[in-house]
Amino acid sequence: MNVAVSVYDTHSQALAPASLAGPAPKRIVVGFGFWIFLLSDIVMFSALFAAYAVLVNGTAGGPGGARLFNQGTVAVETVCLLVSSYTCGLMSLAIYSHRRLGTYVGALVTFALGAAFLALELREFADMIARGATPQSSAFLSAFFTLVGCHGLHVTIGLVWLAAMMAQVAIMGFRPAVERRLLCFSLYWHALDIIWVGLFTVVYLMGVAA
Amino acid sequence: MNLLGKLSWSAIPLDQPIIMGATAFMVLAVVLVVGWILLKGYLPYLWNEWITSVDHKRIGVMYCVLALVMMLRGFSDAIMMRAQQAVAAGGAEGYLPPEHFDQIFSAHGTIMIFFMAMPFVVGVMNFAVPLQLGVRDVAFPTLNSVSFWLTAAGALLINVSLAVGEFAKTGWVAYPPLSELQYSPGVGVDYYLWSLQISGIGTLLAGVNFVTTILKLRAPGMSYMRMPVFCWTALATNLLIVAAFPVLTATLAMLLLDRYLDFHFFTAAAQGNQMMYVNLFWVWGHPEVYILVLPAFGIFSEVVATFSGKPLFGYRSMVAATMAICVLSFLVWLHHFFTMGASANVNGFFGVMTMIIAVPTGVKVFNWLFTMYGGRVRFEVPVLWAVGFMITFVIGGMTGVLMAVPPADFQLHNSVFLIAHFHNTIIGGVVFGLMAGYNYWFPKAFGFTLDERWGRRSFWCWLVGFYLAFMPLYMLGLMGMTRRLQHYDNPSWQPWLIVAAIGAVVILGGIVCQVVQLVVSIRDREKLRDLTGDPWNGRTLEWATPSPPPAWNFALLPHIGGTDAFWNMKKSIASKQDQPAPARKYESIEMPKNSPTGFVIAFFAVVVGFALIWHIWWMAAIGLFGAFVTILVLAFRQHEEFEVPAEQILAFDRAHPTEITP
Repeated sequence: MNVAVSVYDTHSQALAPASLAGPAPKRIVVGFGFWIFLLSDIVMFSALFAAYAVLVNGTAGGPGGARLFNQGTVAVETVCLLVSSYTCGLMSLAIYSHRRLGTYVGALVTFALGAAFLALELREFADMIARGATPQSSAFLSAFFTLVGCHGLHVTIGLVWLAAMMAQVAIMGFRPAVERRLLCFSLYWHALDIIWVGLFTVVYLMGVAA
Repeated sequence: MNLLGKLSWSAIPLDQPIIMGATAFMVLAVVLVVGWILLKGYLPYLWNEWITSVDHKRIGVMYCVLALVMMLRGFSDAIMMRAQQAVAAGGAEGYLPPEHFDQIFSAHGTIMIFFMAMPFVVGVMNFAVPLQLGVRDVAFPTLNSVSFWLTAAGALLINVSLAVGEFAKTGWVAYPPLSELQYSPGVGVDYYLWSLQISGIGTLLAGVNFVTTILKLRAPGMSYMRMPVFCWTALATNLLIVAAFPVLTATLAMLLLDRYLDFHFFTAAAQGNQMMYVNLFWVWGHPEVYILVLPAFGIFSEVVATFSGKPLFGYRSMVAATMAICVLSFLVWLHHFFTMGASANVNGFFGVMTMIIAVPTGVKVFNWLFTMYGGRVRFEVPVLWAVGFMITFVIGGMTGVLMAVPPADFQLHNSVFLIAHFHNTIIGGVVFGLMAGYNYWFPKAFGFTLDERWGRRSFWCWLVGFYLAFMPLYMLGLMGMTRRLQHYDNPSWQPWLIVAAIGAVVILGGIVCQVVQLVVSIRDREKLRDLTGDPWNGRTLEWATPSPPPAWNFALLPHIGGTDAFWNMKKSIASKQDQPAPARKYESIEMPKNSPTGFVIAFFAVVVGFALIWHIWWMAAIGLFGAFVTILVLAFRQHEEFEVPAEQILAFDRAHPTEITP
């Protein structure tokens, strides 16, 4: 027992409490700052969610969610996005151990799954517009296209970012700045998953149930 | 297809002498300033030392300069409105036609909130927070520069609207359906929306930057409860920015979609919901009030403690009050529209919450009073502003609590009583606070104090002018005068409005005194020079640096043992006077490299904003692509930092001794 206490004591002397330790290392600062940014992004989505919730019954005589949503497509989209988060995690592991090949493969699969998600979403949009359910036809559809489309726009930006990051790895190698950006990218990609889970529930599951 | 979208020569209002006169004046001022810079060969200096600077102090100063310039613009609008209402009684129409008057009150509100108060607050935080925390810069210095330049880009767009096209005629809140395309088909609302979107991104990034800085970058030993109160208020403000500004961005984006792509968020047709805009707008708008006033509270806390020669009374309660206001500010937004028609219970809830927020504010006022009580108060200019604030702000706070009672609000809603109330809190709180901060930190930024005589004159003009200008509005509001009237037929209002106009002229005198104060101080700068870095006998770490501080702020990061860190250092040095000071070990310092990224991105943001306002789609695409390439160039930069050698730091310290580095 005494041994345990003394081990604990040495430990606490070596590490001052974080609030007293002075400026945090850059990697911590960058990751933390990016989290704050992601929180702000989630707040923006929450405003779009609120707008959707207010306008969901404002169909102006047009079709509602139950008639428009195709659960099959949405299920495949969800699988694509969730698996891409997993492959993004594998990519992060490869980055930690500086394995270039693993990084490229992880990025490629993540990119492909993200692109597949996007393609399915665009097909869903095009399909709805072809059936006359355009964002201009009712307040409900305005809110739907904006909320889901904003997530899609984020995925698109993520894909461009991922491509740019692979170019950075190829040209600049695993230097600290590049690794910090890759860390931010993976935080971003996982955050898009969190938002999608909310979207999937509020828009598609609740929409079809209603 | 028209290559220039909606833009044509008719966009320039050549038939409006007042607008063209103002435009000519603005163009002349810009030409003179740019010409002077080019003629004197200052451009390389300006580019290398300021425009591309990522130093938080320089960026802070640029924010404040932007704010002061925009204050002149916003004040011109104000005095024009006062003049119009002073004469447009009975059958008279005054000198401003309705469509111009509408643009003026919209521009006044938009400019004063977004391009005067916001940059001023962010600028002061930029300058003071890293110094007070005892660190060398903010968390993301290049991003800081991007934030500033995006704010400046928004300000530029709003000023372009004066000359090319028109500004919104919807008031600064731009409620739909009036702000929808159907009722505002011109480009005015688009100018409003795009300038706010662009500057809003800048503000959001600044918020992210400062939350990270305060939570992750503090000198060793500076725990949260050892931070100066100004840092606490800055933390609360930036948390509010991060939590509130995205809502504004989303709301304005919805209105943009309505206007550009015929969506139906807020339209009267297709089951859009106008009240949703009003709700969302104030979910951002009420926290915004505290985003502005909390740093002002922080400035007063620093000023009152410093000039009373005492530690701040009730530090812990001050921190608790600040954070309580931070949370409560999100629970009161509905009091901006009690008349919407929500149930009595909903109105009752928001009324009670609004009254509760007065409690932590009252705690703060008592803390300042108790700090001064028993202290040796030196009535320097910042203290005058602080005392003027305490009296004025309490009056504004009381009329606020009055309007928090929903039945009273039904009488006062949209009347000039409301106008008097929020000017009472914003001028009496935010502007007075910023003026105190300007006088307080000016010597730290430039190395010489501001002239005291002209500072006092400016304060008295502002204080008297404020009461003359706004007390009559309380009366007029009770007499039933609504806001935004271009003319009115009730002659009994006119005497009050004439007094208000005289008040605006007295405030103008205050502004003139401030300009004179600056000119006189620059002229006499050798006499006013601050050689110790501590002109006010300060308590916090910014005064431990020479004035102006070097780029790296602190040669060695200070170790903090309690609140009022610098005060304690001075005391402990005084008690060990006979012992030789321990030798300081200098090491080289990594500093972030300057970068033109912020300026270039802001340039492209102006291009994109202008192109979208005028529907010039190809130009918007080029601008977006340019911004994207700029980010790529930054990302592929080889060196982000450079090293300041230890000898250079040593030499600087030798040449600029302070009280703690003799």
